Amino acid sequence: MSHSAKASALFGVMGEYSCEHDVVHAAKKMYELGYRKMDGYTPFPVHGLDTAIGRGRTKLPMLVLAGGIAGACGGLGMMLFSSTIHYPINVAGRPYFSWPMFVPIMFECTILLASLTAVFGMLGLNNLPEPYHPTFNVPAFLRASSNTFFLCVESTDANFDVEKLKADFAATHAEGVYEVPT
Amino acid sequence: MSVAAEKPAKKTGLHEGEVWDDYLGAPHTYASVGDKISNVVLTTKVPKLWPVMIAVGLLGTMSLMYAVSVLLAKGVGVWGNNVPVGWAFDIINFVWWIGIGHAGTLISAVLLLVKQQWRTSINRFAEAMTLFAVACAGMYPALHVGRPWLAYWLLPYPNTMGLWPQWRSPLMWDVFAVSTYATVSLLFWYVGLIPDLATLRDKAINKPARFIYGFLSLGWRGSTVHWSRYTVAYLLLAGLSTPLVVSVHTIVSFDFSVGITPGWHATIFPPYFVAGAVFAGFAMVLTLGIPLRHVYGLKDLITGRHLDVMAKVMLTTGLVVGYGYLTEIFLAWYSGDHFEWYMMKNRFFGPYAFVFWLLMLCNIAAIQPLWFKPVRQNIIALFVISMFVNFGMWFERFMIIVMSLHRDFLPSSWGMYTPTHVDIAMFAGTIGFFLLLFFLFVRALPMISIMEMREYVSIKRGDKAASADWKPYKPAVDGEPQPVVVPGGAIAGQHREPGVPQ
Repeated sequence: MSHSAKASALFGVMGEYSCEHDVVHAAKKMYELGYRKMDGYTPFPVHGLDTAIGRGRTKLPMLVLAGGIAGACGGLGMMLFSSTIHYPINVAGRPYFSWPMFVPIMFECTILLASLTAVFGMLGLNNLPEPYHPTFNVPAFLRASSNTFFLCVESTDANFDVEKLKADFAATHAEGVYEVPT
Repeated sequence: MSVAAEKPAKKTGLHEGEVWDDYLGAPHTYASVGDKISNVVLTTKVPKLWPVMIAVGLLGTMSLMYAVSVLLAKGVGVWGNNVPVGWAFDIINFVWWIGIGHAGTLISAVLLLVKQQWRTSINRFAEAMTLFAVACAGMYPALHVGRPWLAYWLLPYPNTMGLWPQWRSPLMWDVFAVSTYATVSLLFWYVGLIPDLATLRDKAINKPARFIYGFLSLGWRGSTVHWSRYTVAYLLLAGLSTPLVVSVHTIVSFDFSVGITPGWHATIFPPYFVAGAVFAGFAMVLTLGIPLRHVYGLKDLITGRHLDVMAKVMLTTGLVVGYGYLTEIFLAWYSGDHFEWYMMKNRFFGPYAFVFWLLMLCNIAAIQPLWFKPVRQNIIALFVISMFVNFGMWFERFMIIVMSLHRDFLPSSWGMYTPTHVDIAMFAGTIGFFLLLFFLFVRALPMISIMEMREYVSIKRGDKAASADWKPYKPAVDGEPQPVVVPGGAIAGQHREPGVPQ
């Protein structure tokens, strides 16, 4: 098998660590070595690992803000439309658009839309649900949800070279290095 | 039985990577917390309490089905409420259940925002409690509309009659508040569960369990990119839930306070209701948590320190509620309103006076022992006090609703209220239904957040690592990886077989 054929059959090369500090340091080192397409796999969110692999901030908060504004405007708009345009009822001469009475529902609509955006935005940006992913092909990956920390450099990386990667991972004291088949 | 006796005095003999503090009753690592919590679900053994509680729950659910069937067949006339007491058990129980639900959201959202890490041991089952309590609460107004199959008329939908709901009605606000609350609580709970479901998927041995947990975990693999969005989403949900939980009980209190009925028309109601909700909710968390930790052997995760802190929260909110009672009495007198002051005297000495005095006993007198540490550390005393509070908060809603309605402005329209057997069957039924859902949850899903407990261990370890001479990784020698001493005292790379989860 030629080198390029092998590379294309791989999703990436993965190193295994038993401590969150080790995986953060390994990620920093791999980044220094010029690897960019990488991802960590950890049983809980590891502080600093996202910046170590060179990920910027997520745009989720902006989406949630937009969702909240849409909820507020939608809720208020619905009540404005129905009570002044579509079905105005004169109750004891009170104004049709008595906005202080509309605040509670507007507030609830804001929270509802913002929360739905937060959850479905997170799932959508993360591309979940995702029934198949190559990382699950590594048997040791079962421990990723328990007490083991993984760092995977993906084959789409410009510097991807299986043998060099294995050596680089070994230099970061990975306790196991695995090829990840697609 | 004191919680002080549960833990050895000295915390010696810790291995590297193990953490042991006031909120962990035994030395724990990442693997051990996960195993401990997931074993409750993945084992075939259940404690003896479980089938008993399921049986009680099923019995209650049957009682609920009976009550609902009678109601649907005959109409709301089978309930005891009538003129002048038009609202009774239905709204009492609705407000009671909603209040119980609030502690779950408070624990998971507010304590997350203010970085109270002790919440991690109790937030999951408290959130489950919220969901099931809201499910029980929601039944009452839906059935009270008389024709529950038309309850969807409350929603703004394009109907052939061209009609819209009345936005100015607090009952309409209730519909939006409670349905939003139920939806957001469910989302918050499920988002919290996703990583734990992935853990269960990887630990489960039998195929159906692996499939179900795998399906529910949505393919979660703990990717760092995912985690960074996940933590942001979770924090935002907490930030959104916090004003939501306050708004829900505020709106529930508006149901009363916008009316002019004596005893209802009070500006103290929103904060007083919210404090009462937290009070009732923490009592229910203690009521559920104390037997759970005992029966499932989770005393090292839900420690005496947790119970102590929850007891303090219960005492504090109880005192706020007591302040609410005083304010009500003072304002009834100070307003100079004849009807308000009569209502208050009717509370003290009227035909339902026993409810008022029971309320004082349960909500004010019974919690005072919590000032003392030996009481907060005594499990039985805590359980008994929390039961008192559960009853007391129910009496409070009875007092507010029935005692205000049964004697209002015109003596000729006064009347008494007694619940019918259908009322009682339905109330007992929702309690049974709640227990059924809760114990099914305990069997099928991790009742403590595994991921957050691991994060807790990591944070505590990090504190230690910062102080000790911690070496993240050794420089490579000849390109060969050197064994690294890892937490747990083992040498990494040894005792490992690929594919076997540790």
